[in-house]
Amino acid sequence: MKRVKRRYLALQLDSDGLPSRREFMEAVWGAVTKLHGEHGASLTSLALIDYDSERKMAVLRTSLATLDLVRASLALIKSVAGSEAAVHVTAVSGTIKALHKKTQ
Amino acid sequence: MPRNEVAAVKRVFADLHLCLNVKDAAGTLRTVNKAVALGYGIVAVPLTPEVGVDEVERLRTVCSEAGADFATRVDLQPRTQNELMRQLRRLRRKFEVVCVSCENKAVARQAAKDRRVDLLSFPLLDFRRRFFDRAEAELASNSFAALEVDVKPLLVLEGPMRVRLLSSLRREVAIAKKFHVPVVISSGVSKELLLRKPREMAALAFLFGLDEISGLEAVSQSANLIVERNREKLSSGFVAPGIRVVKEGKDC
Repeated sequence: MKRVKRRYLALQLDSDGLPSRREFMEAVWGAVTKLHGEHGASLTSLALIDYDSERKMAVLRTSLATLDLVRASLALIKSVAGSEAAVHVTAVSGTIKALHKKTQ
Repeated sequence: MPRNEVAAVKRVFADLHLCLNVKDAAGTLRTVNKAVALGYGIVAVPLTPEVGVDEVERLRTVCSEAGADFATRVDLQPRTQNELMRQLRRLRRKFEVVCVSCENKAVARQAAKDRRVDLLSFPLLDFRRRFFDRAEAELASNSFAALEVDVKPLLVLEGPMRVRLLSSLRREVAIAKKFHVPVVISSGVSKELLLRKPREMAALAFLFGLDEISGLEAVSQSANLIVERNREKLSSGFVAPGIRVVKEGKDC
């Protein structure tokens, strides 16, 4: 069986509030399912690896095949936990180690 | 690759439709700073035709202090072909970017074939009045006009309206690609939180059929080319494309 290639995305949340891990992920899943439907969302293998609510930074994992789809969905996020927000991708990498090097 | 060569190929990103309330100085500064922080090197702000020189200079200063290159832009909304020609005669030499909002087919056709028009924009929500078809694209490909796509409606709309818009944009972008008409992606937003990074704009372009490279070109090269070309035309030494005055006086 062919190995699934993954990509890790470092995200910066731009919002006035301090959303929790769950609220952030709800916004991400909401955007992906709204844009690509439940079938499309199921192909993404989305997972939240790390979330720092103080620094409003997150690391998200997705499959390489659906990277464009996830990036487009993240760009469409307008609000998180009821307050206006934007999610910016600061770096993309194939490993968490390389991602941390890029974001430092 | 040596470091200076890497710098030479680095893209300069441009947002040719940053809607600012020029009366609100603090808001303008905030939005321009945000655009620069997100990675834009050139910003164009739509201005009214009657805008004063001092207002333009103030905006230019704000942008240069923030680290961006400012380009003036005017949006024309003529109702007839003659009105378009009149407005172009009056305003072309005053602004670096001229965008025509095509409200009817006659105006759309005239705008597409006129070499003074830089950007063609169509009503975003009135799908019957989006006249970017094959004939329009053929005319535009022979002039310098590019198709402008604002991402704001994609961010603001939801449900069936966004679905229709995406389907319409996909069709138009496919036609533009076929006829080699450049596509320019701009934000069209006035709120800071609706501003997106250039790479995010390119990611949104994926939704209407532009791949990553074409998407990035639409927010960089295609937009920069318009500004560069018009700056050259508006410079004092310009005579005709490829011809410019290099020296004048009795000793020539």
